[in-house]
Amino acid sequence: MQSLTLGPIIYHWKPEERRDFYARIADEAPVGTVYLGEVICSKRTPYFEGDYPEIIERLERGGKQVVLSSLSEVVLKREREMLAAICETEGHEIEINNTAGLLDVAERPHRVGPLMNIYNEETMRYLAGKGATHFSLPVELPAAVVGEMAKAAKGLGVGIEVQVFGRASLAVSARCYHARAHCRTKDNCQFVCEEDPDGMPLKTVTGQSFLTINGIQTLSHSYVNLAAEISQMQTMGVTQFRLLPQRVDMVAVARVYADRVSGAIDAAESDARLATLAMPAPFSNGFWNGQQGRRQFGPKVA
Amino acid sequence: MKRPELVCPAGTPAALRTAVEAGADAVYCGFQNATNARNFPGLNFTPEEMQASVAHAHDHGTKVLLAVNTFPTAGRFNLWREAVDMGAKFGVDAFIVADIGVADYVKRTYPNIRLHLSVQAAASSPEAIRYYAREFGVKRVVLPRILTVPEIKKLAGEIPCEIETFIFGNHGLMVEGRCSLTNYVTGLSTNMDGVCSPAADVHYDKQADGSVTTRLGEFTIDSFAPDEQAGYPTICKGRYNAPNRPDAYYAFEEPISLNLSALLPALIEAGVDAFKIEGRQRSRAYVKSAVSAFRKAVDSILAGQEPELADLIALTEGQKQTEGAFKTKKWR
Repeated sequence: MQSLTLGPIIYHWKPEERRDFYARIADEAPVGTVYLGEVICSKRTPYFEGDYPEIIERLERGGKQVVLSSLSEVVLKREREMLAAICETEGHEIEINNTAGLLDVAERPHRVGPLMNIYNEETMRYLAGKGATHFSLPVELPAAVVGEMAKAAKGLGVGIEVQVFGRASLAVSARCYHARAHCRTKDNCQFVCEEDPDGMPLKTVTGQSFLTINGIQTLSHSYVNLAAEISQMQTMGVTQFRLLPQRVDMVAVARVYADRVSGAIDAAESDARLATLAMPAPFSNGFWNGQQGRRQFGPKVA
Repeated sequence: MKRPELVCPAGTPAALRTAVEAGADAVYCGFQNATNARNFPGLNFTPEEMQASVAHAHDHGTKVLLAVNTFPTAGRFNLWREAVDMGAKFGVDAFIVADIGVADYVKRTYPNIRLHLSVQAAASSPEAIRYYAREFGVKRVVLPRILTVPEIKKLAGEIPCEIETFIFGNHGLMVEGRCSLTNYVTGLSTNMDGVCSPAADVHYDKQADGSVTTRLGEFTIDSFAPDEQAGYPTICKGRYNAPNRPDAYYAFEEPISLNLSALLPALIEAGVDAFKIEGRQRSRAYVKSAVSAFRKAVDSILAGQEPELADLIALTEGQKQTEGAFKTKKWR
């Protein structure tokens, strides 16, 4: 399924878990593109970057296109160096998630990631004129805006991608909230985020499940699920649909979405099949509906 | 010693006059719509007010910086274009922008008007800042509140434009321009609508025992004992529970304000060109006190005297203040 993509692993999974995960994705998941790379925390990469050549080879042998994703927060020297290294990598497409990455990539085609602020056709046109070929839109954009962007993208000949599964990224920070929860700082975090492979749940004092912490990133508690909306997006001209890896059976999730993308099943059936997969959080599609992101609307409301 | 510009908030025409009178070198303000990041009811300027206010400020030698610093969504770019056009017509001294499309429009249409990069663009590395300077001719960057003074000093030598830093006011923790927390809860977006924790979604629920629970939309943000003063429910200043934190804790940051008055000499020495006071949503009394205090402090430093530290604790959030990331890397 060429139009289905798998976003980068945003949590701090153990190296062996990553290897196993991607091996299974390579063999079994009906996705066309896999985004690979650390997007959240530069401190994590030494644990697993040595495995990348093998993972990339495995994915490519499985027929997947591999795109290298870069950091969203680029402040420190090691972060700037990491970004520069990705921008200089040859042989793979790259996805830029911080403006710093735009300084030197104008000469080569590149993708613009969902943590960049691409809210309108003018910004898209400008970047497309400088070599951007593909735009993953911010998760908070409502259907009407995505429709306008898809229309403009068609005229520019660039791709448009929307996240259809996984927690919504709601904020990033220079501060690590995982470290803070354990009374540490970012510099002496001791990689405590490894304890929460699906993020650290944050509840309100009245017991409501609310947010999820992933190092410097704050995510929704709910999982975005736009399986029902995929046919609407196809009509608009959205070219790619992104699944964000969560701690659930991602191969099964990919199969449901692939069947939606191909039109083999309707929204009721995709919902029914997703319901059997024991998700640890409720679904939401509020952003798509131009409402509170946390909310879940039925098909009639959309 | 370089003379830093004191850049002051003007949420209303009255606040603008107050800031001018209190010694602001420049004021920043926006129109009454989604084109700026403080789109609150009762705040900001009609076109007529903007025109008159620019004239008033210029009569007193004060510059006007127009904030057009939200992110237009596809299909409504015209509203941002109009804001820029009106600003140019009224003679503003600079535009403060965050969106690449808006920056490009200003550069192409008004190449002779200065362009400042808003903190909402979150340009936090020499590469990001150089990108905006090269592409759009940005003359000044408003730095995110995440760098230490030595880091700012190093940065100053690596970029081709001026640096503006916040010195007082709200201490936001999330990367500006990347926060959708309010939209997740209320359906209004900080980036698209210029709204953070809108008052219409704020609830103070008084319990039988006299304690107060504060909510934003459906979600509880904090709970206060009967003898505590209930703070405004901003998501990133609330108390929550995590698995290893059974007692509610400030997961992001406590209610606290930035106050860098003691660091002003170091910031000037580091090469900062302009000091920004946050608070377009605050009262005229706040503007008067904060601007006067920092005017005095900056003037003392320039005269080679020990600066009198601004006593502004009464104006801070939760009566607490911090030097945040400017002081130490441990803040991260």
